[in-house]
Amino acid sequence: MAISLFDKIWDRHVVSKETEINPATLYIDLHLIHEVTSPQAFSVLEHRGLAVKNPAKTLATIDHSTPTIFDDDGKPLYVSAQAEKQVNTLLANTKAHGITVHGWDSPNRGIVHVMGPELGATRPGMTIVCGDSHTSTHGAFGALAFGIGTTQVGHVLATQCILMRKPKSMLIHVKGDVSPDVCAKDIILAIIADIGVGGGTGYVLEYKGACFDAMSMDERMTVCNMSIEAGARAGLIAPDQTTCNYLEGREYTPKGEAFESACADWLSLRSDAGCHYDAEVELKAEDIRPMVTYGTHPGMAMPIDALIPAPRDEAEENALAYMDVKAGTPMTGQKVDMVFIGSCTNSRLIDLRSAAKYFAGQKVASSVRAVIVAGSEVIKKQAEAEGLDKVFIQAGAEWREPGCSMCIGMNGDIGAPGQLIVSTSNRNFAGRQGPQVRTVLASPATAAASAISGVVTDPRTIDLGDAA
Amino acid sequence: MSFDPISHVKSKTLVLSAANIDTDQIIPARFLTVTDRDGLGKLAFNDWRYNKDGSDTDHILNTEAAKACQILVAGHNFGCGSSREHAPWALTDYGFKAVISSEIADIFHGNALKNGLLPIVIEKSAHQWLLDHPGEEISIDLAACEVHLPKNGGTYPFKIDPFSRHCLMQGIDEMDYLDDQQDAIASYEAAL
Ligand code: SF4
Repeated sequence: MAISLFDKIWDRHVVSKETEINPATLYIDLHLIHEVTSPQAFSVLEHRGLAVKNPAKTLATIDHSTPTIFDDDGKPLYVSAQAEKQVNTLLANTKAHGITVHGWDSPNRGIVHVMGPELGATRPGMTIVCGDSHTSTHGAFGALAFGIGTTQVGHVLATQCILMRKPKSMLIHVKGDVSPDVCAKDIILAIIADIGVGGGTGYVLEYKGACFDAMSMDERMTVCNMSIEAGARAGLIAPDQTTCNYLEGREYTPKGEAFESACADWLSLRSDAGCHYDAEVELKAEDIRPMVTYGTHPGMAMPIDALIPAPRDEAEENALAYMDVKAGTPMTGQKVDMVFIGSCTNSRLIDLRSAAKYFAGQKVASSVRAVIVAGSEVIKKQAEAEGLDKVFIQAGAEWREPGCSMCIGMNGDIGAPGQLIVSTSNRNFAGRQGPQVRTVLASPATAAASAISGVVTDPRTIDLGDAA
Repeated sequence: MSFDPISHVKSKTLVLSAANIDTDQIIPARFLTVTDRDGLGKLAFNDWRYNKDGSDTDHILNTEAAKACQILVAGHNFGCGSSREHAPWALTDYGFKAVISSEIADIFHGNALKNGLLPIVIEKSAHQWLLDHPGEEISIDLAACEVHLPKNGGTYPFKIDPFSRHCLMQGIDEMDYLDDQQDAIASYEAAL
């Protein structure tokens, strides 16, 4: 029988089968935790006198509430005592339960969805959960990875399992070749615009097509990261040689012969030809162009050279009013106040390299503040080794310490009311980057080009000269 | 976490008709630095309810009538966005026991069920009736899986996961259910 990647992973992890009455009990191979969604779960454990079942299958980091600037003594400048307490609560909880945590002193600290893959803790065929909706990122490795709520964080801590009914499956097939000036962010924004913000609700998506095969792991993570923005539980890309090459030699990756046999197993996970999906969607790669959002959810996205479409309902009308933009006009040329390059969507090395091309030898427009935040300590070091930090700083951009930063603004990195921010993050919800802040989601190339010109800019209109 | 068993909810409705109300609207991210879960109701829909100086806006959620409503009727695709369980915590602390829409986002849906907040997805025509009739008293019968609308608005079925329904009606904690499976989990692990 032809079996899909999703079915193969699901079947391997069923502890007890789903019935009409009961959900399945699903075994979880890796539980990632961070400071925001875990404290109440640890409280429940304590309250019930339960231990953490498998500390070794749990991995922690601090990323959301952590400042990206330090004071002169090198101490993090917290936005509030409460944020500091939240971080310290995680450090204390992980210590008490014997869980590995990448705190301030770790060279591997980073945004949870950047750090897991970097360490090789994320591997094909695994089930991975985290109290964070962008856990879908890890699907880039062919792992079934999804966000859970705090109650379930408690369940996994105590039992290494969750209760879940099997989601439906949807194949997203992008046919043909994409133009070289289209990046992973543009492809996923085009998919979300096509199926809608609720289009994936109830489904696990599997991405198929030459454009995904050709992508690096960094790019595949950008795609799977935003699966949740179409409402999907998870997104998957089949493991291939690119996946194996990325993982080889990483801390948690099996070594030697064990690596060879692991690779053979990973490669066997690919969906069998002719397997069943509950739904299938096809997009033409040649239609995809660099994308921007113009509204207040990621589905309100369009090609950057298009005009804002007429609102289809009251919600979209309100969204245009919030964004202070008009149907029938372009997004390009809109005055930009801030640019944020970072987040678990676009803060990896290739994203920073792509942005640096536009900053090289240029100055950030005088009316713009550009903030660049690597996704992890590892990426920060790599970027600095390549001199990217100098490129950004010389252009007048801020080069910060790794973390979620302006993606969610929990650490105080936010814009001022009314400001327009071109952001490489994943959510343009009203107020996400600060009250009344207007967020435009785009690729690192578009964000960087906009930082230099001071208005929303189609990166294809910038002549990069020799740098390209 | 524990909550009282639920079998019926009867209340006037509060209508927030916008589609795609995301969890950043339900409770903005900057309030997520809390380490406990109590008292979040005052932060529910914070940016709609308060001016910059902290004073109340004239949003319907600030009215006494709203505060007496246990049923929230919301536009299509309610609760999209983040996995923060703070969203249902804020809604239940505000006083809601049920939310009705024509679509409810997955993770929010699951989180609501675990916190004694009924996530009810109802067919489009009934949803439209509810949007058009704010403040009507309606009742939700969890045993029969039906929503009763007044003034001959009709009776509409809804689907809810039978296991979650059982847990809600009995006030059962899923952790206990999982705990009972420790043997099965142990044999799964032994075979790894
Ligand atoms: S970078 Fe943004 S989306 Fe990613 S984990 Fe942090 S807050 Fe969530």
